Amino acid sequence: MKKNTLMLGIETSCDETAVAIVRNGTEIITNVVASQIESHKRFGGVVPEIASRHHVEQITLVLEEAFKEAQVTWDEIDAISVTEGPGLVGALLVGVNAAKALAFAKQKPLVGVHHIAGHIYANRLEKEFEFPLLALIVSGGHTELVLMKEHGVYELIGETRDDAAGEAYDKVARMLGLPYPGGPHIDRLAAMGEETIDFPRAWLEDSYDFSFSGLKSAVINKIHNAKQRGETLKSEDIAASFQASVVEVLIEKTLRAAKEFNVKQVIVAGGVAANRGLRKELEVRFSETEIPLLIPNIKLCTDNAAMIAAAGTIAFEQGRRSGMDLNANASLLLK
Amino acid sequence: MNILAIDTSNQVLGVSILKDDQIIGEIMTNLTKNHSVRLMPAIERLMGEVSMDPDQLDRIVVAKGPGSYTGVRIGISTAKTMAWSLNIPVVGVSSLEVLAYQGRFFNEYICPFFDARRGLVFTGLYKWENNKLSKVMDENNLLMDNVLQKLKEEQKRVLFLSPDIAVHKEAIQQSLGDLAVIPEGPYHVPQAGHLGLAGLEKEAETAHELVPNYLRLAEAEANWLKEQKEKENHG
Ligand SMILES: [Zn+2]
Repeated sequence: MKKNTLMLGIETSCDETAVAIVRNGTEIITNVVASQIESHKRFGGVVPEIASRHHVEQITLVLEEAFKEAQVTWDEIDAISVTEGPGLVGALLVGVNAAKALAFAKQKPLVGVHHIAGHIYANRLEKEFEFPLLALIVSGGHTELVLMKEHGVYELIGETRDDAAGEAYDKVARMLGLPYPGGPHIDRLAAMGEETIDFPRAWLEDSYDFSFSGLKSAVINKIHNAKQRGETLKSEDIAASFQASVVEVLIEKTLRAAKEFNVKQVIVAGGVAANRGLRKELEVRFSETEIPLLIPNIKLCTDNAAMIAAAGTIAFEQGRRSGMDLNANASLLLK
Repeated sequence: MNILAIDTSNQVLGVSILKDDQIIGEIMTNLTKNHSVRLMPAIERLMGEVSMDPDQLDRIVVAKGPGSYTGVRIGISTAKTMAWSLNIPVVGVSSLEVLAYQGRFFNEYICPFFDARRGLVFTGLYKWENNKLSKVMDENNLLMDNVLQKLKEEQKRVLFLSPDIAVHKEAIQQSLGDLAVIPEGPYHVPQAGHLGLAGLEKEAETAHELVPNYLRLAEAEANWLKEQKEKENHG
């Protein structure tokens, strides 16, 4: 008999309160996301205490909406998975405690999920994995290259040594006076500008690690110096030049790793995967290779709970369980 | 009616199960240990010991603060999600009110408080009248000095109840002298049994409506509001 696993997923690691129900780790039944972006805009970034307050207000509303949309009863749910980390600890705690309450009240197995495993498994909601595969995760909090040789086993081969790519985007956006979140604005401006400024690329030879703080400083210096000399730089050109540097490093390293490990798939995940400049360039460069490239649609790139349920399904099927003492872990390692 | 009462709003972790107004089990610790790790195992153990399944619960009562923001959210997230999934009512009770229950047989003012740092306290003023706890002064986040000043003007005996009593004991005694009544240790520790009892008498909310009683804006929000005001004033 074909197994049929219905997984409830909960994600509250940053500023989205999200609940989803996923069948067999591959099919979305429902995927509800309540974004707080509007509340954080006026602060120019996510304020952890305010994020936590919103989560506790939203959690049962989002749960209810998910069940209503899915037309699923509790009897049909096989297990509950929740992001245990990394992320904002106060925000994570709301999801973790809600998930434990549900697991106890409804007597269901509980599975803690790593947020990045979730981002990777967002892709499996669109296409089945083929191993070995390489995942590039780029978001506000992450820039990582992860090698997977089988389901549920993650090998971190590269990570950022300072800022995440998304963080650099946000900081440069602030320098250019763009509203929060800055990433999409830079992306939009970049599409209209020319790469006129030669910003540095941090190659960190012999490593798949990344570094974006030097680039960020170079952009800031460039803007300052221009101001002092009374010159005006076109924001569009700064955006285009900055983005070109980020994209080139991300793609070169991903390509190099993909070839070295002879992978059958490259998947891109995380909020920055929604960046059009990055997507376009990735598609161009990978079309020159034999390696299939997967980028999920934008709704699955940004934080959501379907990805947590998808990753949780694999962990569940592999027999992994969390206890009632599951805790939020802001700096959880991917294993 | 089977009631589960949960308090993680301050240092105490308290879980109690009541059948109507009778306590049938309670777990309490007064330690600086992680509430998130320990709350559900405590609930699970207690429910097991009193042989009660989750779906036999009729009501969940939770201490909704004031207190540690994180602690309050752990209790509320657990209580409201559990109540929602079991489709039973949930009641939030002020953590100050729970403390005021320890002064059940004191006939004058009761001042429960939690230290809120930098001379501030979360506090309110209560009085037992006709077997009911009534509020004399609304709960607020105030300077302890100001609270004591006001109480001094009233020239009435006041019972102080607080797990943080040691921090303010000297100031209280200096200000109120013999008018201040300060009992021994256990009276300053909120008990989940009292929480359950308080929740029995209150009208239930829906899980969606239940939110923490922070008594204070998030710092970023307070700063933002201040900035807006300044901008307005400077035209
Ligand atoms: Zn994310």
